[in-house]
Amino acid sequence: MSNKKNKKLSPTQQEYQSFAKSREPKRPVLKNCLRAFFVGGTICLIGQFFQWFYMTYFEFTDVTASNPTVATMIIIAVLMTGFGVYDHLAQYAGGGTIIPVTGFANTVASAAIEHRTEGYVLGVGGNMFKIAGPVITYGVVSAFVIGLISLALKALGGM
Amino acid sequence: MIQQFIIAFLVGGAICVIGQLMLDVLRLTPAHTTVTLVVAGSILGGLGLYEPLIKFAGAGASVPISSFGNALVRGALSEAERTGFIGVFTGIFEVTSAGISAAIIFGFLASLVFKSKG
Repeated sequence: MSNKKNKKLSPTQQEYQSFAKSREPKRPVLKNCLRAFFVGGTICLIGQFFQWFYMTYFEFTDVTASNPTVATMIIIAVLMTGFGVYDHLAQYAGGGTIIPVTGFANTVASAAIEHRTEGYVLGVGGNMFKIAGPVITYGVVSAFVIGLISLALKALGGM
Repeated sequence: MIQQFIIAFLVGGAICVIGQLMLDVLRLTPAHTTVTLVVAGSILGGLGLYEPLIKFAGAGASVPISSFGNALVRGALSEAERTGFIGVFTGIFEVTSAGISAAIIFGFLASLVFKSKG
């Protein structure tokens, strides 16, 4: 992909691009992955505790319990975002805090809090899904396409 | 039971490492990473592979964002089984409703209570 981009640039620009790339700080991939693993794993561990709680004290099965579990995790993440804790954690853990649904809740809450000064309708209402929107859009579109494909396959198989 | 907690930790951590590798090695933005994982989750859900993973790993599979894609597909397909084609539309948000509404409601409440620190 980057080669295609480079073809449009003049030789001087290409030179600069390669220069800039050589000066870029190397990302500590292994360290980042270890941090992501431990923080992400811990978040899932907390989720597992809630799942166990909902399965033991309410009548949920191991599949249906994921729904209230996710909702609980989202509430906790919104609170942590409001108190400014989640952002510090995210700086440390990177993918470990972005990948769990708590990261999704964090983007919704932080966008809502950040744009509050622009008013409650246009600011909070309009910007709430600014960062979280892509996830919902692509999730729904892909689910729709997969739903159609699986229906078509069933119809063809049923004939 | 302890074993279930350990599996959730390991599988959840592994999924986060996959995301971290996409961020660091493939140089994707966080938005691209989460979108890719959601689409991957919905494809796995369509193939019927995500449900066994949730049965095996519990919250380790249901807390990462990929389960969102799976839940959308599961809702669409289970509703489609009952009502046919139109069920794909009406069922998509059936399973994820709690997550989405919790995010909206508590995100809004948070904007009432908390002030931006930036």
